[in-house]
Amino acid sequence: MDLTYTEEEEAFRARLREWLDLSLPKLSARPDPLDWPGRRAYDTTWQRMLYDAGYADVHWDASPTQRLIFLEETERAGAPYVGANFVGLLHAGPTIAAEGTAEQRERWLPPVLRGDEIWCQGFSEPDAGSDLASLRTKAVRDGDSYVVTGSKIWTSHAEVADWCELLVRTDPDAPRHRGISWLAMRMDAPGVTVRPLRTLAGSAEFAEVFLDEVRVPVANRVGEENDGWRVTMVTLSFERGTAFVGEVVACRRTLGELAAAARANGTWDDRVLRRGLGRLNAEFSALWRLIQWNVSESQKTGGVPGVGGSVFKLRYSHARQELYEAAAQILGPDAFDLDRQWAADRLSSLSYTIAAGTSQIQRNIVAERILGLPKGR
Amino acid sequence: MDFRLTDDQRALQRGVRELLAGRFGPEALRAAVDRGGTVDRELWRELGAAGFFSLRLPEAQGGAGLGLPEAVLVFEEAGRALLNGPLVATHVAAERSPEAAEGTCVVTCATQLRSLITHFAAADAALVIHGTGIRTRRPKDLPHTRPVRSMDPLTPLHRIPDGTPKAPPRPDTVLLTAAEQLGSAARTTDMAVRYAGEREQFGQPIGGFQAVKHLCAQMLVRTELARSAVYAAAITEDFTEIAGAKLLADEAAVRNARDCLQVHGGMGFTWEAEVHLHLKRAWLRGQMWLTAAEAEEIQADALASAL
Repeated sequence: MDLTYTEEEEAFRARLREWLDLSLPKLSARPDPLDWPGRRAYDTTWQRMLYDAGYADVHWDASPTQRLIFLEETERAGAPYVGANFVGLLHAGPTIAAEGTAEQRERWLPPVLRGDEIWCQGFSEPDAGSDLASLRTKAVRDGDSYVVTGSKIWTSHAEVADWCELLVRTDPDAPRHRGISWLAMRMDAPGVTVRPLRTLAGSAEFAEVFLDEVRVPVANRVGEENDGWRVTMVTLSFERGTAFVGEVVACRRTLGELAAAARANGTWDDRVLRRGLGRLNAEFSALWRLIQWNVSESQKTGGVPGVGGSVFKLRYSHARQELYEAAAQILGPDAFDLDRQWAADRLSSLSYTIAAGTSQIQRNIVAERILGLPKGR
Repeated sequence: MDFRLTDDQRALQRGVRELLAGRFGPEALRAAVDRGGTVDRELWRELGAAGFFSLRLPEAQGGAGLGLPEAVLVFEEAGRALLNGPLVATHVAAERSPEAAEGTCVVTCATQLRSLITHFAAADAALVIHGTGIRTRRPKDLPHTRPVRSMDPLTPLHRIPDGTPKAPPRPDTVLLTAAEQLGSAARTTDMAVRYAGEREQFGQPIGGFQAVKHLCAQMLVRTELARSAVYAAAITEDFTEIAGAKLLADEAAVRNARDCLQVHGGMGFTWEAEVHLHLKRAWLRGQMWLTAAEAEEIQADALASAL
């Protein structure tokens, strides 16, 4: 058991810190959350800066420990997270890298790394959320194209995306996991309509996407026809792995700010509130150690985080919500002022027990895949 | 950075688990309950011979020269097996007493549980901790103690007179107790999962029902978070981190035992099932050395002093 970083890793951290100190001041001010074109420009500019400095592929090629250091340091420095580049860098990109042909990798991967192209995720459907394999959007072969009809939902960044990683049903008669294919679809193709969905936090974080006889070249299929489920499973585990590293660093900072606010307004003298903050501090320290545990485990599996990510996500998503409940008690009526970051963050924390698999789905995964309990009927 | 156990640490963990499985299995546990939780002197000497108490002593003093991480792994196994006796106090007393190190003497502690002392009648000595220093006293130096009926059948208790000084917690005693809690939390998770996979109702194992499945999943989540905290604190030896580890390990042990009892249904509420023994000990350890309220205050102080 060793929690110290190697000289090489510390050198990587030092170089990164130095570069962040020099580069972050060059970045323009963070755009308004409602300004999607502004957000795209901001996120892709940052990605381009990372590319030019040689950090663009840290999510793909670096060791798990280097990636941990990268996420820790960028968050600590207040740098943007992947933002609109999320699907391309952490999902579609790794999928194409693992399962695509040489031509497909050459066509799609460099623009993702340079920040030139934005991807969105067309997996969920109105009737197929957690039960992803029941998706119904159909793709019918017509010459060298698929003709796609159906609809997708919860599609983050759809408004500004160039490409969509799309799961479609190519064999309606096959068992439900076996008739699915993975396609790359252009978002400006005729027949694609995007309708933004307003979240309870007030912004349009995601959209519904309607597909009306959209033609997608067969050459845009990654993996074999009807093998899309396996292709997808290769990458879904990444989403549940170390994706929250930066956020745990941010929560620990937030907790410190909250303690300062409590000391300033006198609520620190309330024993229950003070101990509640103490408890959360223990919780987030332990969550950080659990990340280090998961990263160490993933080194042995070649970087695939595995089911340990579900254990982490279950505790983290609830702890994050408790953090903002504590914030609301300390801030009192000020917690209702939407111009304050606290209020917006409190609302967005509600998504964490739902997105990327609800807590109920995560508990099934833990019970069945780690503890070996029987599949339910 | 590689947080995983080394091969040597795994071997140590396996060795202790096998020793305890052979020497303190279900029958020995039952016998310990029947004799009111008094220490098995022969087992105590065997533990001493295996290095349980002298683990962290330098080799020149007959120890193994190992560190807190190794001690944590050993105490986790003790907690898993529900081994009884003042293990932490005797382990700490080994610093001063060769008899404690060898397991020929049982040392309890007068300052671990405020008004109560454990295993007083059987103890050869009682540890008094002040600051980071320790001294041992003969039991006769602690007059006016009287036995109380202990809720935990494996931990006999005596009340000590008011006014006994309350020592500030010594970090290693807190962490080793947390390690025992961790072992207990892991064990009750295993027990619940095994029972849920075997017990059938409505024509299927109850572990196939989501309500039961989710109880078991939450038990694992609590255990793994506590494990990360306990192991990391053993490496850093940072007292704030140790206090956090105790807080999370107490929670994991107590709540897992409760959930394990729930999974066992009516069987869980009987004396025959092992579950109540884990719950009662977990409650008791939760009061030992450092309480949840104290741990939360230490964490809050750390937040405030970082401002």
